[in-house]
Amino acid sequence: MSTLSIPDFNNTIPIDQIGVEERVSRLNKRSIKKESKLQALKLALSMIDHTTLEGKDSEGKVIQLCSKARLPYAPMPDLPHVAAVCVYPNMVATAKKALQGTGVKVASVATAFPSGMAQLHIKLDDTRFAVDQGADEIDMVISRGEFLKGNYSFIFDEIAAIKEACGEAHLKVILETGELETLENVRKASDIAMYAGADFIKTSTGKISPAATQPVTLVMLEAIRDFYRETGTMIGMKPAGGIRKAKEALQYLVLVKETLGSSWLTPDWFRFGASSLTNDLLMQIVKQETGVYQSINYFSND
Amino acid sequence: MADRLEVLKTYKTYVGGKFPRSESDRTYRVTDVKEKHIANACRCSRKDVRDAVLASRSAFGGWSARSAYNRGQVLYRIAEMLEGRKEQFIKELELAGVKEKDARAEVHTTIDRLIYFAGWTDKISQVFGTVNPVASAHFNFSSPDATGVVGIIAPDKSPLLSAISLIAPVIASGNSCVLLASETNPLPAVSFGEVLHASDVPGGVVNILTGYRNETVDTLSSHKDVNAVFNTIADRETRKLIDENASISVKRVTHYPAEDWFLDDHENPYLILEFMETKTTWHPVGI
Repeated sequence: MSTLSIPDFNNTIPIDQIGVEERVSRLNKRSIKKESKLQALKLALSMIDHTTLEGKDSEGKVIQLCSKARLPYAPMPDLPHVAAVCVYPNMVATAKKALQGTGVKVASVATAFPSGMAQLHIKLDDTRFAVDQGADEIDMVISRGEFLKGNYSFIFDEIAAIKEACGEAHLKVILETGELETLENVRKASDIAMYAGADFIKTSTGKISPAATQPVTLVMLEAIRDFYRETGTMIGMKPAGGIRKAKEALQYLVLVKETLGSSWLTPDWFRFGASSLTNDLLMQIVKQETGVYQSINYFSND
Repeated sequence: MADRLEVLKTYKTYVGGKFPRSESDRTYRVTDVKEKHIANACRCSRKDVRDAVLASRSAFGGWSARSAYNRGQVLYRIAEMLEGRKEQFIKELELAGVKEKDARAEVHTTIDRLIYFAGWTDKISQVFGTVNPVASAHFNFSSPDATGVVGIIAPDKSPLLSAISLIAPVIASGNSCVLLASETNPLPAVSFGEVLHASDVPGGVVNILTGYRNETVDTLSSHKDVNAVFNTIADRETRKLIDENASISVKRVTHYPAEDWFLDDHENPYLILEFMETKTTWHPVGI
């Protein structure tokens, strides 16, 4: 950390919004077919953080979610498993047990998710609890209210404190871009999170709309690219919320490839936070393999 | 002044309550009986079929949940709207070479047929539902239920009348449908989409595609989210293809080739029943 010179976050990096949207729409026109498409669909499947974050979650539901994560589609056992399951802290132990020896990681949201409206010591306790329960990854939320007030050092210190509480666990920082108002703010929050020690930056909680969008993702990917050039450290990216269709997932992969290059195209550096995307990817994979359009009725609903 | 060059209309498709062009951007020439170019129509691809099935599936829940009485009102409303615009349809049939008198008869029969099926929506389950005698202490009854998304393959003959004779019994019971319109004269079916749009039919309940059957029938009949196929094409190869494809997900298949669409035989509640499935309930009674 000491070798990094931390930039002044009061300076705003200007973002050309029209340019960002143009670039996104140009990259969306790229056509991926046949074998490349099949490979991309499988890659996207292996990058999913299969998520359930509802007040009504139960152990039973989490166990079911984990069996889907381990073996997404029983008739095709050769398909990759998803990267991780993402649950609330009190479900971590259940998920950990259900996924033992599978290679699927357990991610837990923490720090008074989704609002982040709690005192630091509560957030730290929340984080330590999730790590103690066995979480491999922690998804924290930043305090958007403080950020919008311009209290950047508060955000920085908070992230750094949570990072310390994480210990060995990877830290994903949720910016909740739907509440940050502008792309400049998205860029700034990304920079703060990365300099403060985030391993991943993540767009959204999935609880408010708009959640992940491609322009926001592109801005964050560019922040990661610039941070890498500056420091030589790779940071991961996780768009989350609102990505439901396989086609959109492929568009995100194109954005990553064109902004950061192939080395980021692995589940270690790129994730999708999603729940219904898994089934759409499976349906498209089966369509590619059999040539027959599928129906959701043939895929398990979890 | 030079003679005016007429603008030939390109007819669009009707999918999910909107009028998109084919995803493939392709069109084909529609000609009258004397091979004169009269308009262009979209040449739909398998992706258009996929999109239409998706729209149809999302409309199914809401449409089948409507009360049967309300569905009857909506079907009646379509007939009303068609009555108001019948001159347009007569002209469109004439454009393709149908005589005025025959065109008028076709439009009139079409309207009457809609009224006929509108009347059946809230009667079908009384007439075909049953109370079944069983040996145990149960009240046992069966009632017909909508089956889901129905793929309809329309013939070339009487393009307006045949299309509506196929759509009406299918949607009367709460199904949604994807219609592959006549290949040689799809224009009245596509214009009928405008009538549907202006009446109270929710978007996606009826979807109308145009194009070549050899590019669309395969996808429509193999799609696993289609629950039934209503086919009017008599050709052996087509029937075989549909039968084989339908077996993948065990769809209901009704082959219904007809020579004369004006016959009263097509006004028939059993056509509605073809696209319904029977739900039987065992309700415990007494102790």
